[in-house]
Amino acid sequence: MENDVGSDLKRGKLMSKPLFQGELVRFVAAEPQLAAGLFAKWMRDSEFVRLLDTDPARLLSVDKYKEWFEKDLVEEQKNDELFFLIRTLEEDLTIGLIGLDGIQWVHGDAWVGIGLGEREYWGKGYGTDAMRILLRYAFEELNLHRLSLSVFEYNSRAIRSYEKAGFVIEGRARQFLNRDGLRYDMIFMGILRDEWKER
Amino acid sequence: MDLNTPLFEGQLVYLASIKPDQDAEIESHWTHDAEFQRLLGKELVRLLSPAQIKKNYTEIEKEMDEKGNQFYFTIRRLPLSERAEAVHGAVQDSDFLLGFARLDWIAWSHGVGSLSIGIGNPEERGKGYGSDALRLLLGYAFRELNLYRVCIAIPEYNQIALRLFEKAAFKVEARRREALHRKGRRWEVLHLGLLREEWEQSEWRTMWAQI
Repeated sequence: MENDVGSDLKRGKLMSKPLFQGELVRFVAAEPQLAAGLFAKWMRDSEFVRLLDTDPARLLSVDKYKEWFEKDLVEEQKNDELFFLIRTLEEDLTIGLIGLDGIQWVHGDAWVGIGLGEREYWGKGYGTDAMRILLRYAFEELNLHRLSLSVFEYNSRAIRSYEKAGFVIEGRARQFLNRDGLRYDMIFMGILRDEWKER
Repeated sequence: MDLNTPLFEGQLVYLASIKPDQDAEIESHWTHDAEFQRLLGKELVRLLSPAQIKKNYTEIEKEMDEKGNQFYFTIRRLPLSERAEAVHGAVQDSDFLLGFARLDWIAWSHGVGSLSIGIGNPEERGKGYGSDALRLLLGYAFRELNLYRVCIAIPEYNQIALRLFEKAAFKVEARRREALHRKGRRWEVLHLGLLREEWEQSEWRTMWAQI
């Protein structure tokens, strides 16, 4: 679905679009009730959880997730984290979440997190498209200098997607994860504002 | 090394709990040395009053208690010798706060955690207190918490820390380019890691076992 033809032209086209919209998806505000319901559903998919982060898979009530989201998104509204839901342009379906945390305004660095809970949308460019929106937002709107992320060695689909969006591997925390009795590395990736601009 | 090998007593220092009233005064004083905060990493350099620091202590102990994924120690100087005790007064000397040592972000299911160490007063650096505290903290991480690996993030400009951790068998695993902006230029954040088996084979541990 991606092509290399006229990347400048293509960026020109993207620039003329709304900030929170890409080719396949757009970002919408994470309303706690909606986010909690979807999150509870996605967290039942243990593969999704094991791709998403290091916490052990576990099951909590929708109410508990709602309480978390209320606290994060409504009550605290912390200055060092932001996150949105990812919605498809075609079906208007919420398929995942994306955001920044640990934003270091002084240094211009932040950590990216992304997860697609709806499996039918894996490997089809939706995540990459969402990441491109986030990069543009981070560099053109938030004026950050770089973005960081960590991804697990066994998540090659995500690594490919991040590379497509312009991230490069900056190192690996050896044997960081223990899954089913095997150890896996956690890979660090990063992208600088200048690298993003050149694309 | 066996069950009787002490976890908290080193050759020069020992690990202790926070003593909120007296420590907050000293730590507030440390924040007036911007260099200390810069050496530690990315956090905003600012001045903190003893009252603000005491509140941080309360938060730290609350999290230690409720979340159970971090361990915070103060580093204090061991009495130099009987003679020194006679001269300086043992209680005062052994109470002397040098810095802090902590393990946090522990992910129990993976057996991994992150550590940090700081010696607050510039005049007390370079005397081996940090090495001794690190040896104790690694012993605690691997012997008591049974972790599989530990890691630390170091700003590129903190070469002294880099040498210390490399001496302790840590390996540089990642360099996050231009992740810090200090003194008008960009610096890398180095991520170092140490596996249990590397610690077990390290000279440091042998030295430690002989104490």
